[in-house]
Amino acid sequence: MLAQFLQFLFSGVTVGATYALAALGFTLIYNASNVINFAQGEFIMLGGMLAVFFVQSGLPLPAALVLAILVPAIVGILIEKLAIEPVKGAETVTLIIITIGASLVIRGLTAVIFGKGTHSLPAFSGDEPIQILGATLMPQSLWVLGVTAIVVVVLWYFFNRTLTGKAMLATSYNRVAAELVGINTNGVLFMSFAMSAALGALGGILVTPITLTSYDAGIMMGLKGFVAAVLGGLGNGLGAVVGGLLVGILEAMGAGYLSSAYKDAIPFVLILFILFFMPRGLFGARVTDRV
Amino acid sequence: MRNRAYNGLYIVIAILLVLPFVLPNSFYLDLVIRMAINAVIVLGLNLLIGFAGQISLGHAGFLGIGAYASAVLPTHFGWHPVLAMVAGAVATGVLAALVARPIFKLKGNYLAMATLGLGIILSIALRNEAQWTGGPDGMPVPAFGVFGFELSSDKHWYWVVAVLLSVSVWASLNLIDSPFGRALRALHGSEVASRVVGVDVVRYKVSIFVLSAVFASLMGSITAHYVGFVTPNLADFFHSIELVTMVVIGGMASVYGSLVGAVLLTALPQALATFEGWETVVFGAILMICMIFLPKGLVPTLAAKLGKGE
Repeated sequence: MLAQFLQFLFSGVTVGATYALAALGFTLIYNASNVINFAQGEFIMLGGMLAVFFVQSGLPLPAALVLAILVPAIVGILIEKLAIEPVKGAETVTLIIITIGASLVIRGLTAVIFGKGTHSLPAFSGDEPIQILGATLMPQSLWVLGVTAIVVVVLWYFFNRTLTGKAMLATSYNRVAAELVGINTNGVLFMSFAMSAALGALGGILVTPITLTSYDAGIMMGLKGFVAAVLGGLGNGLGAVVGGLLVGILEAMGAGYLSSAYKDAIPFVLILFILFFMPRGLFGARVTDRV
Repeated sequence: MRNRAYNGLYIVIAILLVLPFVLPNSFYLDLVIRMAINAVIVLGLNLLIGFAGQISLGHAGFLGIGAYASAVLPTHFGWHPVLAMVAGAVATGVLAALVARPIFKLKGNYLAMATLGLGIILSIALRNEAQWTGGPDGMPVPAFGVFGFELSSDKHWYWVVAVLLSVSVWASLNLIDSPFGRALRALHGSEVASRVVGVDVVRYKVSIFVLSAVFASLMGSITAHYVGFVTPNLADFFHSIELVTMVVIGGMASVYGSLVGAVLLTALPQALATFEGWETVVFGAILMICMIFLPKGLVPTLAAKLGKGE
């Protein structure tokens, strides 16, 4: 009983950490620009696929991982420069379609370059499972959780203790006011795309040894990251992390106890219920609309 | 303004009357039928997105309900196709109305999330309930007939769809100029302001959402009978996106934009088939380029250009 519960919990928290990283990516970009970046999932996929490719081409693991984070970050910057900045202030639907277009381009290019096969990475520190109260935990899960925890702490420090981080926060509260006090809001937009692409890629790399990856792995990952961000309350960093873990855990529990066929539907059922009763997610700010 | 709008309708009808006699072969007839079916769905969706300013990323789910009602009910329960089609539309309407009230307390991106979630749940259910739906492989749909007259050839279907399209264009033009349409445009402009002048904002949003969902469901049934086969792809997220893209590329809040968007995006995959393997990349690039350079969509942008030229 307990062993089974723990098993579901471990797998839920592990995947949930990836959703949390994706949700943080959504949150960063949303705060800087009010854009929901539907290409977020592609950064997750790109991180995993590039790591596989660089490792296979003979690079040492650390170098491969750094490159697999840098390249998606550059792709994120390109999207921001070429496609988002020129249409600032456009309608939500227009922006959504632009990011979906970007995701199709990334997915299509990946399929052309790397093929449509499924790929895996070796686990970072062996495949020897750890026994805890009858449940097994893979060492890679510890990597996922540890790195996610570090990222959350670093982000917290960045936003609360550094001038650049505070400038980004200020921009999300009020763009015009931020510009008036001399914050370069275009620079903030630029940073947010680079950072969220890097976060997504990092999540993708960490989880690839467990879940495998392929050119189309980003779609569901991205949508569930979006669910996590909305669940926590769009724009709320803490909410994104809690939302990600919650989505991961409930998905694993639902798949284990209820129906594994409907595993992918669980996050979406969850978000519908949450939105019905708490229209701004768990931690969303109450916003009064200006007329 | 009014006369000019109707001129467009006459042109559409004229084109529809001439088309079957000038199309070189059945491949093009099939393409035109699918364009017209999409155009009707997009007209409904544009009322929601363009005129009322609400986003739906799950419309393909409603299309799927209609399509599968027409496939499952006659096959497994022996229902008459007309009855099945109506049942699908009613079920869609009820579902849309049930979820719409809570959903329309939401705005913008939250609304996008809720409709997206609804669409994904529906498409996963269609994939999983294989004993009824045939699962990912899909299932055949029985032929459609009324009063002993069976719709079998593409020619028959063409005229059915052509009439539906003309009626939909006419109805959309009228709806936009009715008090209902003015209320929709008002709440797109400013919800608070429209509430102040006495528009029941939630009721109008729910009505237009239900209306466009029922449109999609009916056309889903038509698609199912016309193609003779349904697969869960009809209902999936990507198809929802395609439909929204047709609205936005043609032009939001533009009746004729809906037609242009549907025609272009239905033809695009055929045109891209020559790019072997690169279709997705080119499709994505075209979406981005259109939105960056014509954020208002083709028809409104061109209309503005021509208006200046005069």
